Amino acid sequence: MAPPLIEMQDISRTYVMGDNLVHALRGVDLTIETGSSVAIMGTSGSGKSTLMNIMGCLDQPTRGSYRINGKNVGVMSKSQLADIRGRMIGFVFQSFNLLSRTSALENVEMPLMYQGVSGGKRHERAMAALEAVGLKGREDHHPSQLSGGQQQRVAIARALVCEAPIIMADEPTGALDTKTSFEVMGILQGLVAQGKTLIIVTHEADIAGYASRVITLRDGLIIEDKAQAPVDAAKELARVTAEKEAADRALAARKGERAS
Amino acid sequence: MNIFTTFKLAVRALWRNKVRTFLTMLGIVFGIGAVIAMVASGQGAQAQVKEVFNSLGTNVLILSGGAQRSFGASGGAGSRQSLTWDDIAALQSGEIPTIKYVVPTMSTRTQVASEESNWQTSVTGTISTWFTVRNWEATQGAVFDEDTGNSSAKVAVIGQTVATQLFASASPIGQAIRINGQPFEVIGVLAVKGQGPRGDNDDIIIIPIKTYQQKLDKGLAKYLKGEVLISMVEDGQAETTMAKVSALLRDRHKLDANDEDDFRIRNPAEFAKAQQDSTERIATLLALVAAVSLLIGGIGVMNIMRVSVIERTREIGIRMAVGAKPIDVMTQFLVESLVLAAIGGLLGLALGYGAAQYMASYFGWKFFFPAATAGIAFAVAGGVGVGFGLYPAIRAAQLDPITALRYES
Repeated sequence: MAPPLIEMQDISRTYVMGDNLVHALRGVDLTIETGSSVAIMGTSGSGKSTLMNIMGCLDQPTRGSYRINGKNVGVMSKSQLADIRGRMIGFVFQSFNLLSRTSALENVEMPLMYQGVSGGKRHERAMAALEAVGLKGREDHHPSQLSGGQQQRVAIARALVCEAPIIMADEPTGALDTKTSFEVMGILQGLVAQGKTLIIVTHEADIAGYASRVITLRDGLIIEDKAQAPVDAAKELARVTAEKEAADRALAARKGERAS
Repeated sequence: MNIFTTFKLAVRALWRNKVRTFLTMLGIVFGIGAVIAMVASGQGAQAQVKEVFNSLGTNVLILSGGAQRSFGASGGAGSRQSLTWDDIAALQSGEIPTIKYVVPTMSTRTQVASEESNWQTSVTGTISTWFTVRNWEATQGAVFDEDTGNSSAKVAVIGQTVATQLFASASPIGQAIRINGQPFEVIGVLAVKGQGPRGDNDDIIIIPIKTYQQKLDKGLAKYLKGEVLISMVEDGQAETTMAKVSALLRDRHKLDANDEDDFRIRNPAEFAKAQQDSTERIATLLALVAAVSLLIGGIGVMNIMRVSVIERTREIGIRMAVGAKPIDVMTQFLVESLVLAAIGGLLGLALGYGAAQYMASYFGWKFFFPAATAGIAFAVAGGVGVGFGLYPAIRAAQLDPITALRYES
């Protein structure tokens, strides 16, 4: 049997902050299978960001073992971790983290450079990724010329371009309005439908509702891990759009009455 | 990541901060420019000194009359006529075995004219061995032989500058020129020698010394109003020859042991050597100063790269998050500073080339482009780029991805 995609055992992470030891994670066991969508919830200070950093191979645990696809990440060098990040994980951040003064296309091409993909292939794959998130025709725009939702879609395209099996989203809708949030969540859910594994870190219950599994952390420990039927973001979007259109029509009708 | 992509990224990053890139580059540009200009000028100056030295003829002493003292003020060497033709004959007699040739010369500046043109130049009366001692041959016609040199024939050997001035491109051989109103026949044109200690070597006319005395001076006299070149048989005989010449002349002039010499013997080789040494010292010093300015330029690059790393901390974090390895990040910054230094180095090369050429024409010395130095300077620029870019690049590579991602600029 194939090993689980993500397998964490007794993961702890301790920071030294001045004279104090901060126990961000205190023995987390977690297994995530390919194709699932998982929301990691918790208040700030619960350890959810630390967990995500370790899962994303941006940080390493002080104790415990972490395996991705059966490979022990704990013993890897910085270089090997970078390689795992590049091939296995696509990141989507709250603040988008796009390179400024760099076109959408170049932003999306960037991860491929570190995979040694040649110029022509890079272009082709980045264009395809942009098209997949509905940004065809905007490849030459710089982040400053794009709306928040569009920027986040560029970021998603960047996470997709390497065909990494895991998408990690840290508060992906935190900087977006409600309607745009639905759009972005819709895209992310679409990825799960295509077989990607989605891990969302959030403190909003609404957003966690789009996942099929919700893990709640408090003080560095998992206090709840439950499965649920996810809310369909696309339907939500359709509903919200319809409501807004109805409201607009009503408004226009009232205006018409007053004018006559 | 392949190196071409890295270069493209580096150029783009530098282009994004045009003004800063340009200002940083200036440090390298001026550093390299200064090194090249200084080394080139140093070589030019040294070459000129060497040329001056060579144009005097090697292994030659210059004997002149003593200094005329009136009321304590010295009139300078040769202002007193004390060398007689008999003295010269005595030197030529072979009594001093290290002496090879003794060549009396007399010189003045005067007006010369051809059919078409006229020119002010230096006219020297001497004998045929002058050409041997000065190691100077004719390119057209011939220099005069021993008999002609000792005669009072009205023939002249002219330098290239005079030939050009009087005859333009026509052949001067067999043509008549007037020196001080007297007609002379041109029998030879000297090879080009270029700049000498007294200006243009080729601005000269040589005539037999007897003719000189009769036609340009007040006739044959007891004293020689000029200088005597004494060439020696072998190198390294200057000291002994000077002592022997001095003893012989003191004896002939009946000077007491505590009388001052009434003549002067100079060794141009020694003078040239001293001058060459001092030129070399100055050249080295200038090159050092230039090297220091290059170093300062390099420190500027380091500083800017450091600032750039700090400014782009977040960018580094993003790159690391999407899979950039520490080595990729390091290479990126290293290549950036290398490109910066290399472009600066190229511009510096151009600047140094121009400056060296300008200085050469301004000071009238030969233009040297020190290809080896230019190569070294360029390599140093590259070295500066890598060397001074290394520290910031390593710092960038060692950044922790999480810290870098959270960095707020």
